Amino acid sequence: MRKLLVLILLAIAVPLAAQDSLPPAPYAYQQLDDPALEAKATELMHTLRCLTCQSQSIADSDAPMAGDMRHQVRTRILAGEEPEEIRAWLVDRYGDYISYSPEVSSTTWPLFAIPVLILLGVAFILRGRLRGAK
Amino acid sequence: MTRFRYFLWGVVGVTAALFGLFAYQLSQPKDEFVESAMIGETIPAFDLPPAVEFRPGLSSANLADGKPKLLNVFASWCVPCRAEAPYLDELERRGAEIVAVAIRDRPQDVSAFLEIYGNPFSRIGSDEISAVQLSIGSSGVPETFVIDGSGVITYQHIGDIRAADVPMLLAKLQEAGA
Repeated sequence: MRKLLVLILLAIAVPLAAQDSLPPAPYAYQQLDDPALEAKATELMHTLRCLTCQSQSIADSDAPMAGDMRHQVRTRILAGEEPEEIRAWLVDRYGDYISYSPEVSSTTWPLFAIPVLILLGVAFILRGRLRGAK
Repeated sequence: MTRFRYFLWGVVGVTAALFGLFAYQLSQPKDEFVESAMIGETIPAFDLPPAVEFRPGLSSANLADGKPKLLNVFASWCVPCRAEAPYLDELERRGAEIVAVAIRDRPQDVSAFLEIYGNPFSRIGSDEISAVQLSIGSSGVPETFVIDGSGVITYQHIGDIRAADVPMLLAKLQEAGA
Protein backbone atom coordinates (compact mmCIF):
# COMPACT_ATOMS: atom_id res chain seq x y z
CA MET A 1 0.00 0.00 0.00
CA ARG A 2 2.75 2.38 0.99
CA LYS A 3 4.77 1.52 -2.11
CA LEU A 4 1.72 2.16 -4.25
CA LEU A 5 1.24 5.54 -2.62
CA VAL A 6 4.89 6.45 -3.28
CA LEU A 7 4.50 5.39 -6.90
CA ILE A 8 1.37 7.50 -7.31
CA LEU A 9 3.08 10.50 -5.70
CA LEU A 10 6.09 10.05 -7.98
CA ALA A 11 3.83 10.00 -11.02
CA ILE A 12 2.20 13.23 -9.91
CA ALA A 13 5.60 14.83 -9.24
CA VAL A 14 6.95 14.30 -12.76
CA PRO A 15 5.98 17.73 -14.17
CA LEU A 16 7.89 19.36 -11.30
CA ALA A 17 11.10 17.64 -12.38
CA ALA A 18 11.03 19.68 -15.60
CA GLN A 19 11.15 22.92 -13.61
CA ASP A 20 14.11 24.52 -11.92
CA SER A 21 15.01 23.44 -8.39
CA LEU A 22 15.56 26.86 -6.82
CA PRO A 23 13.08 28.27 -4.31
CA PRO A 24 10.98 31.14 -5.74
CA ALA A 25 12.29 34.72 -5.56
CA PRO A 26 11.60 36.33 -2.15
CA TYR A 27 8.67 38.48 -3.29
CA ALA A 28 7.21 36.01 -5.78
CA TYR A 29 4.63 34.73 -3.31
CA GLN A 30 5.25 37.03 -0.33
CA GLN A 31 3.08 40.12 -0.05
CA LEU A 32 4.47 43.52 0.89
CA ASP A 33 3.98 44.47 4.56
CA ASP A 34 2.32 47.78 3.72
CA PRO A 35 -1.24 46.99 2.47
CA ALA A 36 -1.37 50.21 0.41
CA LEU A 37 1.83 49.31 -1.44
CA GLU A 38 0.68 45.69 -1.89
CA ALA A 39 -2.61 46.94 -3.38
CA LYS A 40 -0.65 49.11 -5.82
CA ALA A 41 1.57 46.16 -6.78
CA THR A 42 -1.38 43.76 -7.15
CA GLU A 43 -3.27 46.15 -9.39
CA LEU A 44 -0.24 46.45 -11.66
CA MET A 45 0.45 42.69 -11.64
CA HIS A 46 -3.08 42.00 -12.90
CA THR A 47 -2.36 44.08 -16.02
CA LEU A 48 1.02 42.56 -16.95
CA ARG A 49 1.25 39.58 -19.28
CA CYS A 50 3.03 36.41 -18.19
CA LEU A 51 5.67 35.66 -20.83
CA THR A 52 5.52 31.89 -20.29
CA CYS A 53 1.73 31.50 -20.35
CA GLN A 54 0.80 34.38 -22.58
CA SER A 55 -2.93 34.49 -21.88
CA GLN A 56 -2.47 34.91 -18.14
CA SER A 57 -1.43 37.88 -16.07
CA ILE A 58 1.62 37.52 -13.83
CA ALA A 59 -0.74 37.70 -10.86
CA ASP A 60 -2.56 34.57 -12.08
CA SER A 61 0.37 32.50 -13.26
CA ASP A 62 2.47 30.01 -11.33
CA ALA A 63 5.24 29.98 -13.95
CA PRO A 64 8.67 30.63 -12.36
CA MET A 65 9.21 33.60 -14.66
CA ALA A 66 5.91 35.16 -13.57
CA GLY A 67 7.15 34.76 -9.97
CA ASP A 68 10.36 36.59 -10.88
CA MET A 69 8.32 39.35 -12.52
CA ARG A 70 6.15 39.70 -9.39
CA HIS A 71 9.37 39.98 -7.39
CA GLN A 72 10.54 42.78 -9.71
CA VAL A 73 7.21 44.60 -9.39
CA ARG A 74 7.06 44.32 -5.58
CA THR A 75 10.71 45.31 -4.97
CA ARG A 76 10.36 48.29 -7.31
CA ILE A 77 7.11 49.42 -5.63
CA LEU A 78 8.87 49.02 -2.27
CA ALA A 79 11.74 51.18 -3.57
CA GLY A 80 9.22 53.94 -4.29
CA GLU A 81 8.64 53.51 -8.01
CA GLU A 82 5.21 54.31 -9.44
CA PRO A 83 3.28 51.45 -11.17
CA GLU A 84 3.26 53.29 -14.50
CA GLU A 85 7.07 53.70 -14.36
CA ILE A 86 7.42 49.93 -13.90
CA ARG A 87 5.01 49.30 -16.77
CA ALA A 88 7.04 51.66 -18.97
CA TRP A 89 10.26 49.87 -17.96
CA LEU A 90 8.78 46.55 -19.11
CA VAL A 91 7.27 47.99 -22.31
CA ASP A 92 10.76 49.36 -23.17
CA ARG A 93 12.02 45.77 -22.98
CA TYR A 94 9.18 43.68 -24.39
CA GLY A 95 7.00 46.12 -26.34
CA ASP A 96 3.28 46.87 -25.82
CA TYR A 97 2.50 43.13 -25.75
CA ILE A 98 3.62 42.82 -22.12
CA SER A 99 0.87 45.19 -20.95
CA TYR A 100 -2.86 44.45 -20.84
CA SER A 101 -3.66 48.10 -20.32
CA PRO A 102 -4.82 49.61 -23.64
CA GLU A 103 -2.62 52.41 -24.98
CA VAL A 104 -3.26 54.77 -27.88
CA SER A 105 -0.35 54.27 -30.28
CA SER A 106 0.40 54.43 -34.01
CA THR A 107 -1.07 50.93 -34.48
CA THR A 108 -4.00 51.04 -32.02
CA TRP A 109 -5.53 54.48 -32.71
CA PRO A 110 -8.22 53.12 -35.12
CA LEU A 111 -9.66 51.08 -32.21
CA PHE A 112 -10.31 54.32 -30.37
CA ALA A 113 -11.22 56.46 -33.41
CA ILE A 114 -13.72 54.12 -35.12
CA PRO A 115 -16.35 54.05 -32.31
CA VAL A 116 -16.25 57.85 -32.15
CA LEU A 117 -16.72 58.07 -35.94
CA ILE A 118 -19.63 55.59 -35.83
CA LEU A 119 -21.35 57.57 -33.05
CA LEU A 120 -20.89 60.78 -35.05
CA GLY A 121 -22.38 59.04 -38.09
CA VAL A 122 -25.37 57.83 -36.05
CA ALA A 123 -25.93 61.34 -34.65
CA PHE A 124 -25.81 62.76 -38.17
CA ILE A 125 -28.34 60.24 -39.56
CA LEU A 126 -30.64 60.64 -36.55
CA ARG A 127 -30.61 64.40 -36.97
CA GLY A 128 -31.60 64.00 -40.62
CA ARG A 129 -34.40 61.57 -39.76
CA LEU A 130 -35.81 63.68 -36.94
CA ARG A 131 -35.86 66.74 -39.19
CA GLY A 132 -37.58 64.75 -41.93
CA ALA A 133 -40.24 63.53 -39.48
CA LYS A 134 -41.26 67.03 -38.51
CA MET B 1 -35.92 52.61 -52.98
CA THR B 2 -32.98 51.64 -55.26
CA ARG B 3 -30.67 53.71 -53.07
CA PHE B 4 -31.80 51.74 -50.04
CA ARG B 5 -31.16 48.50 -51.92
CA TYR B 6 -27.61 49.61 -52.81
CA PHE B 7 -27.13 50.53 -49.18
CA LEU B 8 -28.20 47.03 -48.06
CA TRP B 9 -25.80 45.41 -50.55
CA GLY B 10 -23.11 47.69 -49.15
CA VAL B 11 -23.80 46.34 -45.66
CA VAL B 12 -23.60 42.76 -46.97
CA GLY B 13 -20.31 43.60 -48.71
CA VAL B 14 -18.74 45.14 -45.60
CA THR B 15 -19.85 42.18 -43.44
CA ALA B 16 -18.46 39.67 -45.94
CA ALA B 17 -15.13 41.56 -46.05
CA LEU B 18 -14.99 41.55 -42.25
CA PHE B 19 -15.60 37.80 -42.04
CA GLY B 20 -13.04 37.27 -44.80
CA LEU B 21 -10.52 39.18 -42.69
CA PHE B 22 -11.38 37.06 -39.62
CA ALA B 23 -10.99 33.84 -41.63
CA TYR B 24 -7.62 35.00 -42.99
CA GLN B 25 -6.26 36.04 -39.60
CA LEU B 26 -7.51 32.86 -37.89
CA SER B 27 -5.75 30.73 -40.52
CA GLN B 28 -2.38 32.45 -39.89
CA PRO B 29 -0.07 30.59 -37.47
CA LYS B 30 0.29 32.45 -34.18
CA ASP B 31 3.73 33.85 -33.45
CA GLU B 32 4.45 32.68 -29.90
CA PHE B 33 7.72 34.56 -29.62
CA VAL B 34 7.92 37.82 -27.72
CA GLU B 35 10.83 39.69 -29.27
CA SER B 36 13.06 41.90 -27.20
CA ALA B 37 12.57 45.61 -27.72
CA MET B 38 16.21 46.12 -26.66
CA ILE B 39 17.82 45.45 -30.06
CA GLY B 40 20.00 48.46 -30.84
CA GLU B 41 20.13 49.47 -27.17
CA THR B 42 23.08 49.30 -24.78
CA ILE B 43 22.82 46.36 -22.41
CA PRO B 44 21.65 47.59 -18.96
CA ALA B 45 24.25 47.57 -16.19
CA PHE B 46 24.46 44.34 -14.17
CA ASP B 47 27.01 42.32 -12.24
CA LEU B 48 26.28 38.62 -11.77
CA PRO B 49 28.24 36.27 -9.47
CA PRO B 50 29.83 33.15 -11.00
CA ALA B 51 27.43 30.26 -11.64
CA VAL B 52 30.23 27.69 -11.28
CA GLU B 53 33.62 27.60 -9.55
CA PHE B 54 35.69 27.15 -12.70
CA ARG B 55 34.40 30.17 -14.68
CA PRO B 56 34.22 33.85 -13.67
CA GLY B 57 30.87 35.63 -13.32
CA LEU B 58 29.51 38.10 -15.85
CA SER B 59 28.99 41.86 -15.70
CA SER B 60 27.84 44.40 -18.28
CA ALA B 61 31.42 45.78 -18.29
CA ASN B 62 32.65 42.40 -19.66
CA LEU B 63 30.32 42.91 -22.61
CA ALA B 64 31.79 46.30 -23.51
CA ASP B 65 35.46 45.25 -23.69
CA GLY B 66 35.78 45.87 -27.43
CA LYS B 67 35.19 42.31 -28.66
CA PRO B 68 31.76 41.28 -30.00
CA LYS B 69 30.30 38.26 -28.22
CA LEU B 70 27.42 35.87 -28.09
CA LEU B 71 25.41 36.02 -24.87
CA ASN B 72 23.63 32.71 -24.28
CA VAL B 73 20.74 32.66 -21.81
CA PHE B 74 20.35 29.08 -20.64
CA ALA B 75 19.54 26.80 -17.70
CA SER B 76 20.47 23.27 -16.70
CA TRP B 77 16.75 22.44 -16.30
CA CYS B 78 15.95 23.56 -19.85
CA VAL B 79 15.59 20.71 -22.32
CA PRO B 80 16.14 22.62 -25.62
CA CYS B 81 19.40 23.95 -24.07
CA ARG B 82 20.73 20.40 -24.30
CA ALA B 83 19.78 20.23 -27.97
CA GLU B 84 21.66 23.43 -28.83
CA ALA B 85 24.84 22.52 -26.88
CA PRO B 86 26.68 20.91 -29.86
CA TYR B 87 26.01 24.00 -31.99
CA LEU B 88 27.30 26.33 -29.27
CA ASP B 89 30.45 24.16 -29.24
CA GLU B 90 30.72 24.52 -33.00
CA LEU B 91 30.30 28.31 -32.77
CA GLU B 92 33.10 28.43 -30.21
CA ARG B 93 35.36 26.25 -32.40
CA ARG B 94 34.74 28.62 -35.28
CA GLY B 95 35.96 31.60 -33.26
CA ALA B 96 32.93 33.01 -31.47
CA GLU B 97 33.44 34.15 -27.89
CA ILE B 98 30.42 32.99 -25.90
CA VAL B 99 29.43 34.17 -22.45
CA ALA B 100 26.39 32.92 -20.59
CA VAL B 101 23.75 33.71 -18.02
CA ALA B 102 22.36 30.70 -16.12
CA ILE B 103 18.73 31.29 -15.12
CA ARG B 104 17.36 30.10 -11.74
CA ASP B 105 20.08 27.52 -11.40
CA ARG B 106 22.22 25.86 -8.69
CA PRO B 107 26.04 25.60 -9.08
CA GLN B 108 26.01 21.78 -8.84
CA ASP B 109 23.30 21.53 -11.53
CA VAL B 110 25.16 23.89 -13.89
CA SER B 111 28.42 21.94 -13.35
CA ALA B 112 26.71 18.63 -14.08
CA PHE B 113 25.07 20.10 -17.18
CA LEU B 114 28.39 21.45 -18.54
CA GLU B 115 30.12 18.16 -17.82
CA ILE B 116 27.63 16.25 -19.94
CA TYR B 117 26.90 18.75 -22.72
CA GLY B 118 30.20 20.65 -22.96
CA ASN B 119 31.32 24.09 -21.85
CA PRO B 120 31.84 26.62 -24.65
CA PHE B 121 31.45 29.58 -22.25
CA SER B 122 34.28 31.88 -21.13
CA ARG B 123 32.11 33.42 -18.40
CA ILE B 124 28.89 32.28 -16.72
CA GLY B 125 26.84 34.59 -14.50
CA SER B 126 24.20 33.23 -12.16
CA ASP B 127 20.81 34.97 -12.40
CA GLU B 128 18.70 33.43 -9.65
CA ILE B 129 15.69 35.74 -10.01
CA SER B 130 15.74 36.33 -13.80
CA ALA B 131 16.66 39.99 -13.17
CA VAL B 132 19.17 40.28 -16.03
CA GLN B 133 16.88 38.22 -18.26
CA LEU B 134 14.03 40.68 -17.67
CA SER B 135 16.32 43.68 -18.12
CA ILE B 136 17.33 42.62 -21.64
CA GLY B 137 13.82 41.67 -22.77
CA SER B 138 14.44 37.92 -22.92
CA SER B 139 11.30 35.86 -22.40
CA GLY B 140 12.60 32.33 -21.99
CA VAL B 141 15.45 29.85 -22.30
CA PRO B 142 17.38 29.33 -24.46
CA GLU B 143 17.96 32.65 -26.15
CA THR B 144 21.16 33.98 -27.72
CA PHE B 145 22.02 37.66 -28.09
CA VAL B 146 24.72 39.19 -30.27
CA ILE B 147 26.48 42.02 -28.40
CA ASP B 148 28.90 44.31 -30.22
CA GLY B 149 32.21 45.44 -28.69
CA SER B 150 30.65 48.49 -27.06
CA GLY B 151 27.92 46.56 -25.24
CA VAL B 152 25.08 47.27 -27.69
CA ILE B 153 22.63 44.39 -28.39
CA THR B 154 22.54 43.91 -32.16
CA TYR B 155 20.57 40.67 -32.57
CA GLN B 156 18.36 38.24 -30.64
CA HIS B 157 17.91 34.57 -31.51
CA ILE B 158 14.91 33.02 -29.73
CA GLY B 159 14.85 29.28 -29.06
CA ASP B 160 17.53 26.64 -29.51
CA ILE B 161 20.33 27.13 -32.04
CA ARG B 162 20.10 24.61 -34.87
CA ALA B 163 22.65 23.64 -37.52
CA ALA B 164 21.41 26.29 -39.98
CA ASP B 165 21.68 29.02 -37.34
CA VAL B 166 25.45 28.56 -36.86
CA PRO B 167 26.59 30.39 -40.06
CA MET B 168 23.83 32.96 -39.54
CA LEU B 169 25.05 33.78 -36.01
CA LEU B 170 28.68 33.91 -37.19
CA ALA B 171 27.57 36.40 -39.87
CA LYS B 172 25.74 38.48 -37.23
CA LEU B 173 28.94 38.52 -35.17
CA GLN B 174 30.86 39.69 -38.25
CA GLU B 175 28.31 42.46 -38.76
CA ALA B 176 28.81 43.46 -35.12
CA GLY B 177 32.52 43.92 -35.88
CA ALA B 178 34.19 40.62 -34.98
